[in-house]
Amino acid sequence: MTLDLLRFTTAGSVDDGKSTLIGRLLYDTKQVFEDQLEHVAQASERRGGEGALDLALLTDGLRAEREQGITIDVAYRYFATPKRRFIIADCPGHQQYTRNMVTGASTADLSVILLDARKGVLEQSKRHAFISALLGIPHVVVAVNKMDLADYSQARFDELALEFAEFAAKLGGGADLTYIPMSALEGDNVVDRSQHMPWYDGLTLLELLEGVEVAYDHPYDTPARFPVQWVIRPATATDYRGYAGQLASGALRKGEEVVVLPSGERTKIKAIDTYDGELDEALAPMSLTLRLEDELDVSRGELICRAMQTPTVSRELEADVCWLHERPLRAGGRYVIKHTSRSASAVVDELRDCVDVHTLERVSAPSELGLNDIGRVRLRTSAPLSFDPYSENRRTGSFILIDEASNETVGAGLVASTETL
Amino acid sequence: MSTTNGQQLSHLRALESEAIHVMREVAAELERPVLLFSGGKDSIVLLRLAEKAFRPAPFPFPLMHVDTGHNFPEVIEFRDRRVAELGERLIVASVQESIDKGRVAEETGPRASRNRLQTVTLLDAIAEHGFDAAFGGARRDEERARAKERVFSFRDDFGQWDPKNQRPELWNLYNGRIKKGENVRVFPLSNWTELDVWEYIDAEQLEVPSIYFAHEREVFARDGMLYAWREGTELIDGEQVFNETVRYRTVGDMSCTGGVRSQAATLAEVVVEIAATRITERGETRADDRVSEAAVEDRKKAGYF
Repeated sequence: MTLDLLRFTTAGSVDDGKSTLIGRLLYDTKQVFEDQLEHVAQASERRGGEGALDLALLTDGLRAEREQGITIDVAYRYFATPKRRFIIADCPGHQQYTRNMVTGASTADLSVILLDARKGVLEQSKRHAFISALLGIPHVVVAVNKMDLADYSQARFDELALEFAEFAAKLGGGADLTYIPMSALEGDNVVDRSQHMPWYDGLTLLELLEGVEVAYDHPYDTPARFPVQWVIRPATATDYRGYAGQLASGALRKGEEVVVLPSGERTKIKAIDTYDGELDEALAPMSLTLRLEDELDVSRGELICRAMQTPTVSRELEADVCWLHERPLRAGGRYVIKHTSRSASAVVDELRDCVDVHTLERVSAPSELGLNDIGRVRLRTSAPLSFDPYSENRRTGSFILIDEASNETVGAGLVASTETL
Repeated sequence: MSTTNGQQLSHLRALESEAIHVMREVAAELERPVLLFSGGKDSIVLLRLAEKAFRPAPFPFPLMHVDTGHNFPEVIEFRDRRVAELGERLIVASVQESIDKGRVAEETGPRASRNRLQTVTLLDAIAEHGFDAAFGGARRDEERARAKERVFSFRDDFGQWDPKNQRPELWNLYNGRIKKGENVRVFPLSNWTELDVWEYIDAEQLEVPSIYFAHEREVFARDGMLYAWREGTELIDGEQVFNETVRYRTVGDMSCTGGVRSQAATLAEVVVEIAATRITERGETRADDRVSEAAVEDRKKAGYF
């Protein structure tokens, strides 16, 4: 079975036709409303579109974007087919690409990377692939777009797929890769099968999106992680103490033995409460309220999990950090770290390396991480955190760094695998 | 909807769970949140989500309605009844009072609306009560400017939204840290569509004001929309009042919210109608968004929801 909600992200370089692709998906799945269409028709005309509907205009958001013909920020779009609901995180390709890509990719189960069939695998396409792999997106679709301008050539498609595959193999990450030749402008292989490429017998983009599995399809394969968000203690019922939160991963059952971290106290689950009644079993990503057998003083930021499957509990961790702010990260820097429902202070003990955005190789001991840089850091925190490697758990393996003075979100962190510590 | 072995969460339950998570984060990280309750369908869903997030305890925040004084009476009646059922506290911030105090000036003429004036009343009420977070029912699918809005939408001490300088929002880690005087608008329904809202109302069997269902009322046509006529409405030359069976897709001011011709008299029929509709709810029913291409964007920058 597959969850009937898929979140995916799209990324492409300037002019790869990303907005047109999204416009095509919305248009061909009949998700465009008449007033939106009228709006696009008027705007197309103003720009001298000669009567052709510019589907890319469907995704324009802010006035500055329309004026400058660019996309400034991640935009979220929604469409549905009878099989599934979709949330697209539409990431602009040029400005602030790492910041936006990482943001969009953080919640995505699938990433669509656009290539221009004429231009091939550009440096920026490689960066997108790198970020998809880093962010642990399990499915990657390489959309070889503008096939109409490449004579719908199978040889060209095969050439690009091979080139991309060779590069992707170096990235690791274990995502499954699918290559689709398409023309978003003409509608080939987006929703409807192409009449121009009989040599392609794979899925159209929409067919693939409708069928792909997401992480929550296998809740029993992941250890249970329940960060406590909020303690429910009604003044009128003094014996009720419920620990409310969202099950980040895995499954929990009534009656099973659990441990509360970082204290290490053990107890059993007395009840799994929801507004709609008690449950025998809860699966991620449900929000619920746990009651425990013993009277422990558990508070926000603590983590409840199975006694046999505990995460690492430590005040030191190593992580890849994507830097999101103009003011660079340097060794010795101090930030607020927010990890699951816990916030603490964090000091950067060491800046180990930085990924060269051109070669995607790691350069040792950089002096700083600037805006849009990605690098490996060693952090020390004021309170112990309960974490897993990001590659094993996207919820308990991720954190953000917040500037203590300005309160801005300045970094996105992915906990490195403990073997490399 | 309980889950058992091998079962999945439906997309509605996944959206519900995400929204509950958002509400609990706000309760935990902000000092003085408030939930904006208009009696409209989106805020009706917010109330159910708050019940799911915080019961059996009371809500850790009051409810607030920015009352323009031009609301549909059916909606005000529903609002008060629902609040009483919940046993929660409602604050009413009144646009009329803002006018009386001289904070804002009433628009005049047949197209006068109090829609813009609400922003001042809202910001004043936030300041008066010291609220640092306000839940709203806005959704990203509603309008082009909203597609870029964060779940935690940061506002400076003038209540302004700066779309080019928003905090990145990653995973489900929300940054609720603010300084004194600043506030966040929080949108737990960001990822919901209009159809999701109706399907959820149907699944939960939530009561909604009667104007959401087809009913006969006196209307007049203006700018391609059907507006409710009531005592004192100024008509423009050539406009006629006539009876029509309509329902409302959104609940706003009577002065700027249009009804749609509809026979949908039950929740199930409304869900079917929304699933088949070819016009966005704002495009079909909100005159206030038609002023310019960037109408919502401009109002949001000024502190509107």
